[in-house]
Amino acid sequence: MNIWRGQFFSLAVVAAGCLLTGCNQSSPGPNAGGDVIKVGEYGSLTGSEATFGQSTHKGIQQAVDEINAAGGVLGKKIELHTEDDQSQAGQAATVVRKLISSDGVVAMLGEVASSRSLEAAPICQQSGIPMISPSSTNPKVTEVGDYIFRVCFIDPFQGTVMANFATKTLKAHTAAVLTDVKSDYSLGLAKFFKEQFLASGGKIVDEEKYSGGDKDFNAQLTAIKAASPEVVFVPGYYTEAGLIALQARQLGINVPLLGGDGWESPTLIPVGGKALEGDSFSTHFSADNTSPEVQTYLTTYKKRYNETSDAMAPLGYDAMMILADAIKRAGTTDGAKVRDALAATKDFKGVTGNITIDPNRNASKSAVILTITNGAIKYIQTVAP
Amino acid sequence: MNLNLRHAKTGLLGALALCFLVTLFSKFINPYWLYILYDIGINIILAVSLNLINGYTGQFSLGHAGFMAVGAYTAGVITNQFGQLNAFASGGVFLGALLAGGLMAAVAGLLVGIPTLRLKGDYLAIVTLGFGEIIRVILQNVDSVGGARGYSVMHGWTNFFWTFGLAAVTVYVIASLVNSTYGRGFIAVHDDEIAAEAMGINTTKYKVSAFVIGAFFAGIAGGLYAHSKQYITPGGFGFMQSIAFVVMVILGGMGNTVGVILAAILLTLLPEGLRFLAGVQQIPGVAKMYPLSWVGDTRMIIYSLLLIVLMLTRPQGLFAFKKRQR
Repeated sequence: MNIWRGQFFSLAVVAAGCLLTGCNQSSPGPNAGGDVIKVGEYGSLTGSEATFGQSTHKGIQQAVDEINAAGGVLGKKIELHTEDDQSQAGQAATVVRKLISSDGVVAMLGEVASSRSLEAAPICQQSGIPMISPSSTNPKVTEVGDYIFRVCFIDPFQGTVMANFATKTLKAHTAAVLTDVKSDYSLGLAKFFKEQFLASGGKIVDEEKYSGGDKDFNAQLTAIKAASPEVVFVPGYYTEAGLIALQARQLGINVPLLGGDGWESPTLIPVGGKALEGDSFSTHFSADNTSPEVQTYLTTYKKRYNETSDAMAPLGYDAMMILADAIKRAGTTDGAKVRDALAATKDFKGVTGNITIDPNRNASKSAVILTITNGAIKYIQTVAP
Repeated sequence: MNLNLRHAKTGLLGALALCFLVTLFSKFINPYWLYILYDIGINIILAVSLNLINGYTGQFSLGHAGFMAVGAYTAGVITNQFGQLNAFASGGVFLGALLAGGLMAAVAGLLVGIPTLRLKGDYLAIVTLGFGEIIRVILQNVDSVGGARGYSVMHGWTNFFWTFGLAAVTVYVIASLVNSTYGRGFIAVHDDEIAAEAMGINTTKYKVSAFVIGAFFAGIAGGLYAHSKQYITPGGFGFMQSIAFVVMVILGGMGNTVGVILAAILLTLLPEGLRFLAGVQQIPGVAKMYPLSWVGDTRMIIYSLLLIVLMLTRPQGLFAFKKRQR
């Protein structure tokens, strides 16, 4: 019966093939390649989160070119190896293994989506390759191990930032919180907002809940109105934030609403319209920031890609810059030494703020606060941690 | 038949021994290619088990990734209860977890099978599609397995022996099944349901058992997948994943086990081969530098185009060299 011959044959072919690949592809060591330093990047260049992945890639590529134009690191040029994970689960693990064992990269950059960073992180950890995620905000990512870093702040930090903004800038003494109970992100922000707000001497006068996807918030907002807070913290996503703002104004709640980076979307203003006037939210980066680093970066980016940078590209740019800085300070590309140098990163002047890596390998850095005025999103201030 | 079966058993034992041997040498294989081999083995199990449903029995299931998800999460949750174990104990626990994953998937197959398999053709396809999505959405909302964020599996126990050993077992079981007296019923259901019913074959029962057996092996493949990637997210078991397995079956030729195996190998290797091609800076034998990096950007388009060309030129299945053995 030829099924058996066929099956046996195919297995034999596969086995022989893999043995051959095993022999031919002697994996290059970390220092192979001589005059270049190989850095791996895995990202969602295609698929559902392609815009995030491509922006990040553009930022990283810009950083690599700037570093190389300035003479490289340790006298060597940076060589970026980019692989696409197609925004698919399972692919991140495959491409990261390829980058490490076939290409022999010394460090890894990626990814935006926390679930794919979580898939790749254990492999980098086991291989002793430092990995920097530009924009995965889920706290679990860096908990994987001591080789995993990130250059964005984590979810809870924004809660703290907005509490400080409410008490210091808006001089608010009372606040209400409206949380999306379906989202880890929202719960995290709310928890840390409350802690910081109370610690600053403020008072939480009301706490209300909704579920992501709700359309009607009148019940919660009526209760909030009765408690008459000076600010309302709404740490949800832009879809609900717009609706909440509309309904709050209709009920006569005229105090500012505050939010996190979940608000950042081109569709926020079209949904909320005039109701969002005076509301603020925290995020990673603003193109209106007048600091020279930001403006230089933006001009170069615009010249290079002929488009305006979003929030993902500068995070990719900073990830690459911090890595180059760490390799420089380590004086070698050895994984453990680069990791130690990364962990010791302090007050690195990045485009997205001054970055210090904290003991949990998360970036401790300032957040940007944006306010909506006259139907446009305006940069207000940078808040230090 | 006796002679054939004896050959089959020799083949199975030979394959298992070979897998075991290769496993001993797997330290010397580049990990990237090694894990691609695991993907191949897992996809062989999935494609061959789906072939029982879509090929031999002639039903149209679009929910195979759903069964895989059930197996992946079940096996992952079970092995995560154990700490570091020695090689012998881990093998036992792993096999137990894989079987449990397979059984859970088989139960899921039974649950979806009983009420829906009275449906035919397109209607069945839609129901199985819906079922696969229901599993995904449920997993997305179960916090204890991480919800949409995903679930981390501690042990990377999947190795060459387990993937290809179990692939060989799958092929053996399914090929023996459809060649047995009982198994002729599957083919009868495929060929003409009314005639089969007139001959006294309980077509619903056959369809349900095809689903249960197919789902069982899909669950085992899911367990292997979970312990190979060590991180599973509900998004990884979506509708597109089910389609990928259906493509393997159709490309290999419905009801042609060897063809389906080869299609699973080809379709797993093809995207990676194109990735490899994208890294080529110079074509051997050509003096001029001719980087093929454009292949990287257009990799998935080339892949899709190849699929279209293959389907146009080999509609009977890429590897269908002769008529299916009856």
